[in-house]
Amino acid sequence: MDIFVQQLINGLVLGSIYALVALGYTMVYGILELINFAHGEVTMVGAMVCLAVVGWLLGLGMAVPWPVILMLGLGAAVVACMVLGFSIERIAYRPLRRAPRLAALITAIGVSIVLQNVAMLVWGKQYVSFPALVPVVRYEIAGATITALQVVIVLLSGALMAGLWLLVKRTGLGRAMRATAQSPELAGLMGVNPNRVISITFVIGALLAAIAGVMVSAYYGLAHYYMGFLLGLKAFTAAVLGGIGNIAGAMLGGLLLGVIESIGAGYIGDLSFGFLGSHYQDVFAFFVLILVLVFRPAGLLGERVAERA
Amino acid sequence: MKPVSVLKVLSIGLLAAGLVGCGKQETSKGELIVKIGSVAPLTGPQAHLGKDNENGARLAIDEANARGVTIGGKKATFVLIGEDDQADPKTATIVAQKLADQQVKGVIGHLNSGTSIPASKIYADAGIVQISPSATAVAYTAQGFRSALRVMTNDRQQGKVLGEFAVKHLGAKRVAIIDDRTAYGQGLADEVEKAVKAAGGGVVAREYTSDRSTDFTAILTSIKGKTPDVVFYGGMDPQAAPMAKQMQGLGLKARFLSGDGAQTQEFLKLAGPAAEGVSASMPGMPLDLMPGGKSFRERFNAKYGVIQNYAPYAYDAVNAMILAMEKAGSPEPAMYLPELVKLRFTGVTGEIGFDERGDVLGGAITLYHVRNGRWEVLDTVQGESAGKSK
Repeated sequence: MDIFVQQLINGLVLGSIYALVALGYTMVYGILELINFAHGEVTMVGAMVCLAVVGWLLGLGMAVPWPVILMLGLGAAVVACMVLGFSIERIAYRPLRRAPRLAALITAIGVSIVLQNVAMLVWGKQYVSFPALVPVVRYEIAGATITALQVVIVLLSGALMAGLWLLVKRTGLGRAMRATAQSPELAGLMGVNPNRVISITFVIGALLAAIAGVMVSAYYGLAHYYMGFLLGLKAFTAAVLGGIGNIAGAMLGGLLLGVIESIGAGYIGDLSFGFLGSHYQDVFAFFVLILVLVFRPAGLLGERVAERA
Repeated sequence: MKPVSVLKVLSIGLLAAGLVGCGKQETSKGELIVKIGSVAPLTGPQAHLGKDNENGARLAIDEANARGVTIGGKKATFVLIGEDDQADPKTATIVAQKLADQQVKGVIGHLNSGTSIPASKIYADAGIVQISPSATAVAYTAQGFRSALRVMTNDRQQGKVLGEFAVKHLGAKRVAIIDDRTAYGQGLADEVEKAVKAAGGGVVAREYTSDRSTDFTAILTSIKGKTPDVVFYGGMDPQAAPMAKQMQGLGLKARFLSGDGAQTQEFLKLAGPAAEGVSASMPGMPLDLMPGGKSFRERFNAKYGVIQNYAPYAYDAVNAMILAMEKAGSPEPAMYLPELVKLRFTGVTGEIGFDERGDVLGGAITLYHVRNGRWEVLDTVQGESAGKSK
């Protein structure tokens, strides 16, 4: 039983990170109907920038408490990613706004490849280690172990998601975003500047991605120029699972996917009597993606909008 | 990087072509010219290790030429042809074919298992003797080529030592084994599993991951439920390090044990404080413990500087070849190979001899553990010594 609780906790931590990244996919899709495949790379850049800043600060050898260093790293990552998100939209997507949708999709993949290769040139092909800044503090709950870092990841993700929910549902900006999602032209007639709204959407998505990237690298202790690829695919799967374009769906999809992966990888070996092993962990995500696409193409919370499919 | 290597290969090729053209095998004075190839990555991330192998071989050749070796009554001069395989299996076969075309009498190499294995087929077809100073994969000598030998301990021997270490030294009754499903990781993990069982320990979990993965919490949680004393990982440091960290995060108290893929400086850097108390093995032994280690270090340092890793093995491989040629009275592989497999001598790294597969007899494995953020030698386990068996 305690093993099951532990797998559930593992899944929730993983799922919170997926959810944060999935929000970036779903917000952009909701407004532009564009799958921004470069989004995974934005999380990677966030992780790398944070590591570079933290490493640089530690190298100075000043007696600064670790939370300050971490916050500075996180701040730098957030700023860098917001600029990156803004630039990606301006340079790669805006000129193609009226082009066939396939062109934008291919551009997105192109941006993703460019970012990966730039990161490889800047930070090298090696794994970069996250300095042991955060002390390992463990809590025992119902026989399961949870670290302080895991608690922070879940709580911070929850707070960010709640904040985003309020922003979209309760503020003028949120109303403008929802209006633009329904019809950019009509929203324009109502005095909303669609270009500005779209830019802000990309910037918010990149902010969440930067924080998710820092969380991933702090949690696993390393970062790599290629890390955004798989993370992006998983988050995209989470967004589709919840219903792409739907913000609550992305949150639910992310958490569900994390839990499915953990429980699946934890028990598949025992259930299949060793025939299938835990290296099938990554397969679960894509198995879920296929099931969703076959049986419920609009996702768990998605509305059926035939003309968008 | 690329142009340099092409230039190097070209110039070496031209040089060799010149030798083939003018020298044949005997000079006018009845002197023998014996060409020996050395192949290792001389460019790319492993270039420092490759150059080290080549220098080890070169030192042995220079010393043999200086002291004067007679083969079958004729004075022999040895020539080393160094080639770069870039640690790439495809390049390895091209380079191997080139050496075969130049009719070298033997090859010292390659450095990696992944390059030694495809190249060995070409050498076997051309009837050239190959001794690898550093390939550890069991598959290298398991192909059945009589001409493929090695002076480095293989992963079966390493796995045996690791398995016995887990049960006898760490006192493990319950061992969990994880591997990354690569030829190296899976091979090593399989051998460890056998050795643990043979030594009376139990394998309570066998889990798998990939060489791309960073999240092992699900596997480790499942393993935690089976309360192992030792967790063994067969794979490389980018996975071993986060695994050690995540074990700590989950409060999994078992000792972490791994093979030579994790016995690196990179592992210490990536794992940070979680590296403390981790044990890992490395084939071979520290230079200071080798019988001829001290004198070798002096001679090597005087010519080439610091020893990286496998140079003493390359040195012994060349000497084994030359000794066999002297005994057979011929530099022809078909003549000296039967002598080579029977050979017993004390080299820099210890007693050298080969078993029927071409693996080195004995073969040392050194166990390390991390203390105060550094790898410390724990013990060197010598396999059955070459003298004792047979």
